Amino acid sequence: MSVLAAIRPDDWNFPLLVHVLGATLLVGGLIAAVTALLLGWRRDSAFYTRFGFRSLLLVALPAWFIMRIGAQWIYSKENFSEDDEPGWLGIGYLTADLGGLLLLLTIVLTGIGARRMREGEGPSVLGRLGGVLATLVLLGYIVAVWAMSGKPD
Amino acid sequence: MQFYDWLLFLHVASAFALVSALVVFWSIAIAAANVDRPVDSLRYFRIARPATILVVVGTIGTLVFGIWLAIDADAYQVWDGWVLAALVLWAIAAGTGQRGGQTYGEAQKLAQRLAGEGRAEEPSAELRTLLQDRRAMWLNVISSLAVLLLLVDMIYKPGA
Repeated sequence: MSVLAAIRPDDWNFPLLVHVLGATLLVGGLIAAVTALLLGWRRDSAFYTRFGFRSLLLVALPAWFIMRIGAQWIYSKENFSEDDEPGWLGIGYLTADLGGLLLLLTIVLTGIGARRMREGEGPSVLGRLGGVLATLVLLGYIVAVWAMSGKPD
Repeated sequence: MQFYDWLLFLHVASAFALVSALVVFWSIAIAAANVDRPVDSLRYFRIARPATILVVVGTIGTLVFGIWLAIDADAYQVWDGWVLAALVLWAIAAGTGQRGGQTYGEAQKLAQRLAGEGRAEEPSAELRTLLQDRRAMWLNVISSLAVLLLLVDMIYKPGA
């Protein structure tokens, strides 16, 4: 099945490249953010929360759009019928869109947290919550990578 | 999922680990470009620690599972042009990335030594020079471009 899937029309390649490139950048931005936000639980909270916030805002968020645009673009070319959509596609949609909402929420929370810490309020609960949410989003996207590449039925 | 599907997942997951590590390294390289105090640079190096593991896992994983896939799948051979191109690009990415990373490794050791001597808060021109090393930056640019071309090669499979 995957071998057949790998032999695809040439005009699917560029949308797939956009989708995969966006997804890899998204996961990279999330890993940078999660690492920083979790480090901030124990030390230098203001610095690490700020770094985590910037990674989410400047790397993960633009990458999410690249990934999502690529996904929709290639979906439009594959012409799946509504009754015959494979399970992995549903997993992809769910993780991409729910993950996008969670990502947005995480950015807002860590942004407020970073701002409060800059004003000298000390370690922020919002920054910590952002770390937990970013970890959940990252785990969701790891499941998506499994579903997209392995394509389970 | 069949055995081939698991191999493909592990190959793709390795590629994600590799690119993700590069994204983390670039985020840090850009953010820490003007850092000259050991205390500040050590904060960035702590963020880089998981990425250092990921880059090794990703580099080895893409090669091992990639070759395994080419052997396992009847449609592909290890000596196909696009597979050979991928192997060359992999070698360029790994070689230049490893050499580029050495400079940052030296910067980390210097920052740790200075912090150990109680000079963590003092600006260090030597540390700044290492963190702004242009040769290391160009090696990392070449490494990242090779990884990008690898991704293009994997998707387009020219000649397959």
